[in-house]
Amino acid sequence: MAGSNPNAKPMNLTLRVWRQPNHQASGQIVEYKVNEISPDMSFLEMLDVLNEDLLHKGQDPVAFDHDCREGICGSCALFINGRSHGPEKGTTTCQLHMRKFSDGETITIEPWRANAFPVNKDLSVDRSAFDRIIQAGGYVSVNTGGTPDGNEIPIPKDISDRAFEAATCIGCGACVAACKNASAMLFVSAKVSQLALLPQGQVEAQTRVENMVARMDIEGFGACSNIGSCAAECPVGISLENIAILNREFLTAKVVSNNMA
Amino acid sequence: MNWVTKTFTSSIGRKIIMSLTGLFLCTFLVVHLIGNFQLFKNDDGLAFNVYSHFMGHNPVIRTIEWGLVLGFGFHIYEALMLTMRNKSARSHGYDQWEAKKNSEWTSRNMGILGSIILVFLIVHLYNFFWRARFGTLDPDINKNDDLYRLVVSSFHQWWYVALYVAAQASLGYHLWHGFRSGFQTLGLNHRKYMPLITNFGYAFAVLVSASFASMPLYFYFFTNDEGAIITSAPAVLQHLLVAFN
Repeated sequence: MAGSNPNAKPMNLTLRVWRQPNHQASGQIVEYKVNEISPDMSFLEMLDVLNEDLLHKGQDPVAFDHDCREGICGSCALFINGRSHGPEKGTTTCQLHMRKFSDGETITIEPWRANAFPVNKDLSVDRSAFDRIIQAGGYVSVNTGGTPDGNEIPIPKDISDRAFEAATCIGCGACVAACKNASAMLFVSAKVSQLALLPQGQVEAQTRVENMVARMDIEGFGACSNIGSCAAECPVGISLENIAILNREFLTAKVVSNNMA
Repeated sequence: MNWVTKTFTSSIGRKIIMSLTGLFLCTFLVVHLIGNFQLFKNDDGLAFNVYSHFMGHNPVIRTIEWGLVLGFGFHIYEALMLTMRNKSARSHGYDQWEAKKNSEWTSRNMGILGSIILVFLIVHLYNFFWRARFGTLDPDINKNDDLYRLVVSSFHQWWYVALYVAAQASLGYHLWHGFRSGFQTLGLNHRKYMPLITNFGYAFAVLVSASFASMPLYFYFFTNDEGAIITSAPAVLQHLLVAFN
């Protein structure tokens, strides 16, 4: 394996994994042993080893979400040792490597906990509440026509950089999982400020923020207490400044928009 | 629901009321503190009694007083509403929860700190405000109600002093998070001036709570039963020996 360390000692670990057959059933923490884990494995590869072992024993493998395994898609979502995506800063679960743990360690793995994110099975949660928030306004309506020229709309570099910073949100839900209030404010703020900063998004800015916040409240997420756990645990480093932008956008829209409801 | 009620019952709307009332209450703390500094004047409380008479009888102050009642009322009401909403957003908690690794203790415990302050507020209002407004206090030589005498006697009871110091510590921690948080909620977070707001908030929290706490401590440790300052070190020691016996 490229980049692997031949001297790295294999690890034996105890896993405490949340097992829950389906949304209705009640769940519990079940203990498993995994042996001969390479420190170069990613956390998800370690779970693959566990699942292979469970399949060989004729047991139900642990369900968990994953897709690209490159830290881009935002599918993986594990609450590891009491923190979103585990102990390492700025990392998704798939990019977390076993060398961050020590031989003989006990690792607790739980799903994201929020009433707006019901458990599908084991460690997999239903994050479609995020999709419904996006559907409420997290887009730019465009009339399809000829392909516009590049740089037709001038955008200052610092503004496009800030919009891009907000746009790096991968929608994994680590912010909700880490928040004491299970609040989705960091996610919503990233989407709102990304679009509000750019001229293409400003056209619908007022209705967008009103509808997205209303949807966020309907989905049952908590309110923001400005604690900052979300930003500290965010794998792509979305900052709290976005929540301030969201609040500004919201307040302005409520005062000046023509929406009477 | 029309747009006004819809705005102020939304999660962000409730937070906006929290921040506006919270920052208003900060201005009240400053006014209260400046007035109270007259307690340190070694004049048998005459200046303090003039000030408290003014605060209790001036029609402008009496009108603003209702704003203060509303400020406290909304701050507490919205705190309850938000806490209920936040609790119901996660009915199944985590087996392992390492919040201390990603956030400050004060920011996660604003409700507990606020509740301690509320208990203090009730005791404080009963002991001083209620007795001054609705009770009968002996007049001082200027014929003003001698509220100073009540302050001196209250602050010579150890449990009362202990309650005050504990409440001021809670207030300090509450402001430590609350001041900066109030600006953030209003959308006033910008990389240019947020460090200034944050550091001013920390200084505000420490100075306000320490100054308020210094008053009961001053009377308990450094004044005699009449409220006159004890100047020499041996006299302070003797006073403390008597107090602790």
